[in-house]
Amino acid sequence: MKKALIVALLLISALFSAPPVSFAKETVKVGVITPLMGDVKTYGESTKNCFLMALEQYSKNGRYTIVPVIADDRNDPTEGTNAALKLITQDKVVAIIGPLTSKVAIPVSETANKYKIPMITGTATNLKVTISDGKRKPFVFRTCYTDNFQGSIAANFALKDLKARSAAVLYDVSNDYSKGLAEFFRSTFIKGGGTVTAYESYQKDDVDFSALITKLAMKKPEVIYLPDYYNKVGLISKQIREKGLKGTLLGGDGWDSPELAKIAGNSIIGSYYTNHYSADRKDSVTQAFIKKYKEKHGMVPDALGALAYDATGILFKTLDAAKSPNPEEIVKGLAGLKNYKGVTGNISFDKSGDVVKSVVILKVGNEKSQYVTTIEP
Amino acid sequence: MEVLGYILEQCINGLQLGAVYALIALGYTMVYGVLRLINFAHGDIFMLGAFTGYYLITKFTIPIYFVFIITMALTGCAGYIIEKVAYKPLRGAPKISLLITAVGVSLFLEYFLSLKMIFTPNYIGFPRPFEVVSYNFSILSVTNVQILIFTITGVSLGLLYVLVYRTKQGRAMRAVSYDQEAASLMGIDIDRTISMTFIVGAALAGLGGILYGIAYPQINVFMGVMPGIKSFVAAVLGGIGIIHGAVLGGLIIGMSEVFVSAFLSSTFRDGVIFIVLFLVLLLKPSGIFGKRTEKV
Repeated sequence: MKKALIVALLLISALFSAPPVSFAKETVKVGVITPLMGDVKTYGESTKNCFLMALEQYSKNGRYTIVPVIADDRNDPTEGTNAALKLITQDKVVAIIGPLTSKVAIPVSETANKYKIPMITGTATNLKVTISDGKRKPFVFRTCYTDNFQGSIAANFALKDLKARSAAVLYDVSNDYSKGLAEFFRSTFIKGGGTVTAYESYQKDDVDFSALITKLAMKKPEVIYLPDYYNKVGLISKQIREKGLKGTLLGGDGWDSPELAKIAGNSIIGSYYTNHYSADRKDSVTQAFIKKYKEKHGMVPDALGALAYDATGILFKTLDAAKSPNPEEIVKGLAGLKNYKGVTGNISFDKSGDVVKSVVILKVGNEKSQYVTTIEP
Repeated sequence: MEVLGYILEQCINGLQLGAVYALIALGYTMVYGVLRLINFAHGDIFMLGAFTGYYLITKFTIPIYFVFIITMALTGCAGYIIEKVAYKPLRGAPKISLLITAVGVSLFLEYFLSLKMIFTPNYIGFPRPFEVVSYNFSILSVTNVQILIFTITGVSLGLLYVLVYRTKQGRAMRAVSYDQEAASLMGIDIDRTISMTFIVGAALAGLGGILYGIAYPQINVFMGVMPGIKSFVAAVLGGIGIIHGAVLGGLIIGMSEVFVSAFLSSTFRDGVIFIVLFLVLLLKPSGIFGKRTEKV
């Protein structure tokens, strides 16, 4: 017994005392929180794919060996917060990429900020992600625009390009993302001289929208704004067309999934949505990224994956530039980031940790979404 | 005229939802009748029905009525197995143990089936076996989905009525629900009758599952939770243990859901349903048709 112990101790000490091998780099852990199951899993998957792609790119000549710790939040705020606590306290990550959706990102941003761990979400657009009660959370950043901007652009597009005078809004009252977009759409649409004839909410697990849609049918809105994720949107758009409503459907970046067309079928064709980037964007960085993703995964990446790719790229760049790989140094670097050439555009964080970027408007077609126009901020 | 059309159309929306609730509520009520057990796993049998229908439609090309028959047979089997495995060994135990087991079975079905290798926790689009056609009458429109739901619910109610009130098996069910001990003294096979009740209840829930999938084409493993609870409210509202009570209860719940959404706001919808439950329990705990002794 004693002998075995001595041998074991000798072995362990031999491991530690071994001279550092020249090519071994310092190891740094980075956490990723994203939904790999549940109602928005296609986004989680593309986010994960894009993160790993960025990591592969970095590994070629980065300063550190990065060990990713990927956690599944199932698009559930509680799961997300648990995952964040585990990443921070047990895995000791230096930074977190994600979470994907606003409703998970808001509580996780609180946790990250409390433990002083930098967090960059690629995709959570709700205002409360970077700010709570009017106060900036200094450790939280994002690489996408915010809901107020996206909602207003959609409203202006409805007013000016679609020449709509009346609109209806259907949103998920239990989802911060959906609620945020709905509010900003409504206020901008009214300010622009339109009337919002119906402003109705439903709940997370609803599948029967017949009462709400029959109500909308009475008002005959020219535009129906559906700020939610593809799963719900598909279900609603189907029921809208079955009830014989003709209004143009309009949505946000939550529509960007190949699943949408599968669920919604013909009912969604010809509808418009605002998005972060178009795969048709004529830019060498973007096109190189899309080509690489296609080679690996056999399809065009969605905007959410692209944003996660940028978030990861920014983190790695800052990490290499920082004096040492600790959270404080990384945050300092992030706050000073200017003009990062990302696949979704040029990224500079403003003083609230958000970015100012252009919005792309896409039209849902038979095969894929077609680019309509870009709106600069 | 337009307002009348609007109200009529909302009525049809409510009936569509209510018919599905009625199908689920029947299972609650029948099982309660014979066992005095609220079978909380019932909502999950409903989910099982939807998934079975989904696999039958996507993996095999069989006519739609076969899909209904096979699904009902399979969920009936599931109901039979659940009763034999989880409830029968507890026949002599206090009722509360049975109730806790029922909750356990429900959670087991939800989380076991949500494993990645089984049904996955993802949302799955339910394929419609036919195109939706809308028939417009002067003031309202009805879709073929709605007609299908009304017909199937109506037919199965008729069959159930015949089974319970016109057959020997049904008479046995009624006898067991009236007085289990006396019934067994009269030579009625209690175990067989209870199994029969579970099979019929589960088959109806499975049927409800497919209809729900066709009407609202998206399914996931937790889809049975809310409809299950609401159907339970429906069964209590109509008088638990009473067949026509469950049907009326289901229709009332479906209607009130739709009308609350239509005239108030959908935020209040579930609240109103549970206020209905409170009021029933406070004012007439035995439900609309309830007398002091309950019958199947």
